[in-house]
Amino acid sequence: MNQRYVYLLAALLTVIGLSVFFYKWQVLGFPVTEDQEAPVWTIESAVNFQSGPGSIKVQLNVPWLTPGFRTLNENSVSRGYGFSTNFGSGGREAQWAIRRADGEQTLYYRISVYEDDRVNESDTTPPFPPTPTIIEPMKTAVDVLVDDVRDHSADTASFTTELLRRMNDPSPDSNVELISAGVSTSAEFVDVITTLLASARIPSRMVHGFPLSGRQRSAELVSWLEVHDGDRWLYFNPATGEESLPDRFLVWWRGNEPLVNVEGGSNVQVDFAIQVNHLEAVAIAETQAALQGTSAVDFSLYSLPIQTQAVYSVLLMIPIGALIMVIMRNIIGIDAFGTFMPVLIALAFRETKLFWGLILFTLLVTLGLTIRFLLDKFRLLLVPRLSAVLIVVVMLMLFISMTSHRLGMEMGLSVALFPMVIIAMTIERMSVVWEERGPADAIRAGLGSLAVAVAAYTFMVMPWLEHLIFTFPELLLVILGFVMLVGRYTGYRLTEIRRFKELTRD
Amino acid sequence: MFSAAKKLRETGVLGLNERNTNFIMRFNPRSLYPRVDDKVLTKELALAAGMPVPDLYGVIVHQAEVRGFAEIVGDKNSFVIKPAQGSGGDGILVVTGRSERKRDSFRLSNGLLISEGELQHHISNIVGGQYSLSGTRDKALIEYCVHFDPTFAEVSYQGVPDIRVVVYRGYPAMAMVRLPTRASDGKANLHQGAVGAGVDLASGITLHGVLDDVLVEEHPDTGALVAGLQIPQWDFILESSARGCEVTGLGYLGVDMVIDADLGPLILEMNARPGLNIQIANCTGLANRIARIEEIYDEAATPAERAATARREFPAGA
Repeated sequence: MNQRYVYLLAALLTVIGLSVFFYKWQVLGFPVTEDQEAPVWTIESAVNFQSGPGSIKVQLNVPWLTPGFRTLNENSVSRGYGFSTNFGSGGREAQWAIRRADGEQTLYYRISVYEDDRVNESDTTPPFPPTPTIIEPMKTAVDVLVDDVRDHSADTASFTTELLRRMNDPSPDSNVELISAGVSTSAEFVDVITTLLASARIPSRMVHGFPLSGRQRSAELVSWLEVHDGDRWLYFNPATGEESLPDRFLVWWRGNEPLVNVEGGSNVQVDFAIQVNHLEAVAIAETQAALQGTSAVDFSLYSLPIQTQAVYSVLLMIPIGALIMVIMRNIIGIDAFGTFMPVLIALAFRETKLFWGLILFTLLVTLGLTIRFLLDKFRLLLVPRLSAVLIVVVMLMLFISMTSHRLGMEMGLSVALFPMVIIAMTIERMSVVWEERGPADAIRAGLGSLAVAVAAYTFMVMPWLEHLIFTFPELLLVILGFVMLVGRYTGYRLTEIRRFKELTRD
Repeated sequence: MFSAAKKLRETGVLGLNERNTNFIMRFNPRSLYPRVDDKVLTKELALAAGMPVPDLYGVIVHQAEVRGFAEIVGDKNSFVIKPAQGSGGDGILVVTGRSERKRDSFRLSNGLLISEGELQHHISNIVGGQYSLSGTRDKALIEYCVHFDPTFAEVSYQGVPDIRVVVYRGYPAMAMVRLPTRASDGKANLHQGAVGAGVDLASGITLHGVLDDVLVEEHPDTGALVAGLQIPQWDFILESSARGCEVTGLGYLGVDMVIDADLGPLILEMNARPGLNIQIANCTGLANRIARIEEIYDEAATPAERAATARREFPAGA
């Protein structure tokens, strides 16, 4: 009965711990490994214009549905202007308004995005476009071209490819020549293509955006073609007819509306600059979770002040040490002084590094023991003697630090990081065992403590483990569950198999 | 390794983890621990239950009383100083005599002479808590030094051999004799190098011995055979051990007794966490016997009946 509750509780703790962990990992995107940095692009658009005499209203198309990218944040810098974002006919728009302005005006809109493959957003299936009204003789040319292309294609995708191939033909036929007369920019070209596709009752639209790579001081918008095949949107390279999207293509806006619309201003010019930063994946996940309003972040350690974070990143390794301790003591069965002494020693090893830690610890305990045996001659009472040992330990630390500093070995300075009270108690315990059970037992238990400390240290310095626990402190629940299970472990300890070997003989 | 563990399981060997979780935590409520951890209390309880214990000469509770040590001892030639809350025989001094010329010099069981000042220092260490289980202040007992029965003279090196009986829910489950060696410094503690010899519960005759977890046939110092010794008053010993359950209320208990040449078996102390070496000494596991006791457990049985049941149920080799 009792037993079952322990199992239930342990299972419950594990389930809670793991589900919070998976939620934060899979849904919020907290990284499980340490140095996951993700590139974050900041695209800044500067709208430049000469203000007119009256009130000014500026509308700028801004990103909305961006396949492959997720928005980290966006903001606008525009002194004196009222700013808002809302949905217009072409998608999302940033809107600035001001009653009166003088001279040249510059409005900034800035958006930061990062790559996220899971974003595969497309808007709803569009209706079949109405047949565009095209006047003769253009209409005949369009009809002939569309019919011809339809004969040479099987579906929407192949139709589009074939159409683009013909339109891009270096030696175009007369129909194509007629249709593409007067087309100079790539945007105009894509515009013509959408009209042609509409004549064939194929929904299509123009997309504008940037292939993101490194830093670009002035980025050029690239126009692309989007065609709906009835199920989803397909992307076509208008210049080659290839069905693809450029690498890391950030869709800025869709449709053939102009990028910017300024009422009450003139000489409008929009410049784009792209900046790339590498942000820690954790920071991105945090911002993302905050946007979603998840409370998981309220309990994140990353929201603490940096100094407190540093303290906790060390403190959170203590449960790991305790876990190792439990395994070493109850499953393997190694003798050690004190319950948590090895964990605290391992904690000190983190600072001193293993090699020097072992040397300093052994030195300190050996010297301490020697002096403890000398003190024994004076027959001091217990508490004064313990205090004397503690004081001696502090003085030894000072002595080791100063000597090693003189010798130019700076590692000796870190001896001060050892928990001196724990060391003093260890020396006392060890000397008692030494007297009572002999040096062999004392040294064996001393080495056992060191072995446990080294094992705990090995795990406590694993950077990925530290990151994992720090980012997902809920995993402590899993450790707690496991430790509780070991608390009900009634099997043999490994060392007992050796101890009772006489009983395994036939 | 797994096959070894399986073999241990088949032999019914009890491991530390299982002992702690299934027996100590289940049958030994923490509140009853003082009854066995404080030897003064144990002595009082045992006396109240009519069980024989070594005579208590005095208890030193405060550092200031340490100087009164000489008055407690009086002109007694032999006595034992032990911490009330010691464990594993730590901190026990056995004084067997005095120096002929200097009356304030005492001879320890190992033959060494020790001054009264050194004895007082030892007592003040005990009172300060150096040997106590929890590290807190303790009391020092000064009591009758057992003149041990000649039965084990051949298989003991100085010190006093004692008999440990593990009692499960009032039923004696297993027993061994612990024989001091030179290595154990006269102490009857297996951890310190004493020899443990299993005992046939049915007859009270010793089996082979165990030293440092290895089976031995002879005492390492005297060379005498460990097996085949008849423990005197075995019935009485088993019954007293069984009574230990009523006295302490503990369901998993180790009762330590000594046999005095004049006074017969005396209860030295009781233990709420008896060690598991007894299984090696008896070449059999405790788990099987515990399971059998669970089967035949009778709440109404008297200590004498339970002792008889144990003699019937657990002969050597069973």
